[in-house]
Amino acid sequence: MFEPVLTRNIRRPASEKILTYLANGGYEAVKLAFTKPPNELIDMVKRSGLRGRGGAGFPAGTKWGFMPTNTGQQKIVAVNTDEGEPGTFKDREIVEQDPHQIIEGVIIAAYAIGANRAYVYIRGEFFLGFKRWIKAIADAYEYGFLGKNILGSGFDLDMSVHRGAGAYICGEETAMLESLEGKAGNPRIKPPYPAQVGLFGLPTLVHNIETLACIPQIIQLGSEWFASIGTAESKGPKIFSVSGHVNRPGNYELPLGTTLREIIYEHAGGIRNDRQLKAVIPGGISTPMLTAQFLDVPMAFETLKQAGSELGTGAIIVMDESTCMVEAARRMTKFFAHESCGHCTPCRLGATRLFEALNRIEHGQGLADDVDRTLELATGIDGRTFCPMGAALVNPARSAITHFRDEFDYHITHKHCMTGV
Amino acid sequence: MAVNSTSVTNHVRDPKTRAMLLAALYLAQEQHGWLSPEAIRRVAARLELSPGQVYSTASFYTMFKLEPQGKYLVQVCEGLSCYLVGGAEPIIQHIVQRLKIKPGETTPDGKFTLEVVQCLAACGTAPALRINDELYENMTPEAIDELLDRLGS
Repeated sequence: MFEPVLTRNIRRPASEKILTYLANGGYEAVKLAFTKPPNELIDMVKRSGLRGRGGAGFPAGTKWGFMPTNTGQQKIVAVNTDEGEPGTFKDREIVEQDPHQIIEGVIIAAYAIGANRAYVYIRGEFFLGFKRWIKAIADAYEYGFLGKNILGSGFDLDMSVHRGAGAYICGEETAMLESLEGKAGNPRIKPPYPAQVGLFGLPTLVHNIETLACIPQIIQLGSEWFASIGTAESKGPKIFSVSGHVNRPGNYELPLGTTLREIIYEHAGGIRNDRQLKAVIPGGISTPMLTAQFLDVPMAFETLKQAGSELGTGAIIVMDESTCMVEAARRMTKFFAHESCGHCTPCRLGATRLFEALNRIEHGQGLADDVDRTLELATGIDGRTFCPMGAALVNPARSAITHFRDEFDYHITHKHCMTGV
Repeated sequence: MAVNSTSVTNHVRDPKTRAMLLAALYLAQEQHGWLSPEAIRRVAARLELSPGQVYSTASFYTMFKLEPQGKYLVQVCEGLSCYLVGGAEPIIQHIVQRLKIKPGETTPDGKFTLEVVQCLAACGTAPALRINDELYENMTPEAIDELLDRLGS
């Protein structure tokens, strides 16, 4: 039986308080980390197999290894609390309910790579999370976990929190750095990667909240423990946010590699009103939707890729048989059309044109060639944008058409929906 | 937008002036209720930026308001997860009928502004909406009526 570790504290009373955290073994991993040389910590994270939990799945230890060691420059850890991928609500819960777990992860990461400054970026809408961050950082200073000579280690770390102001794209790491610098959140061209040129031009390690939550666990329980959970290429525990037509929506921490079927039917209580599953989005709306025939696919980076989708943020959106897939695709594409930062044309215009076509089809005004044109347009956007948003924004429409083309054709021919919506 | 200014200023420890822009815009918005051209000019002067730079940045972010807003900003999520469980349009329609304003509009008494927004990261407790800085989850028409009654609509 798998015991949750990342979410073990969040349902305790006053879980966000430093005393609660300390009473439950909090900050012990930092003490342990300070007894080890930084290189050993980097090796531990490498051996754990931890991959980033923000969507891209990049190996965390490799990222730590990219940080320069001999340039004499100040280094930075940037913490991404800009959770905006629709369907995802795990980072918000961790930060609101257990922020010290993240601070502990940040201290260990900063110590390992030799950074003395950490910046937290939080989504503007997360006001409770912002307040919790402020309080947690202030308490960590008071208890000597931040500031000068932390716990007598000789290691210094300063940390502050900064609010975003409503822009999905700021979850992309370089857009987040721009926003932290007080600018519009337009993504930067890569390379150079943040490890070389990051915040204020300094080498910067950027991590998602859930990734940082894994760090204290890896240090305390060991890389082998972490690597023993999961599949060949996807190690450790993962928080799956489940929403849509399920009986018990919520965050479920389970081993990577747990099947969609187990998550939906055992943990999330199955489909509402005993209906049939029609489609499921496995990793937030940036990832292609799958149908019921994929229910036994393990939720892991490599297996979802084989199935034609992606793990993304692990946010599972469940749609039952009553769902109109044209409307679902239209709504998701509207999100991307709204959130395109406008920096490059294929995304700025492409998302809007995609939305317009889906809007026509949904409202019975679809043109005979709208479906083919939509697919053609998607091909023209995917891989031709400045940042990964282009590849993401075509997924709702393209995957809906792939699996449910007949519904799109029916809408165009009959000018209404076959599901009766 | 009820932003706690003390906490915001206390937590800008960064020496680089430009990096303070978003926090400064929040402060200005809290003081003026919205970012008027005058507020933009003042922020620009304080941070030694041009009004154009400040306006360009402010207009990028949806939470910075370049027009006057109601005392209460009601933001309803129209995301997929909210829609699937009966949120989005039915919730928006309910508020439209109740406040007699369309999305984007403010009530004549200046009390409420209605806005339709994208995902609020409350998909597991959908339907969700925000009023100023508070998140409200598992919304129903009855719960909304209660909320609006309390705020004196």
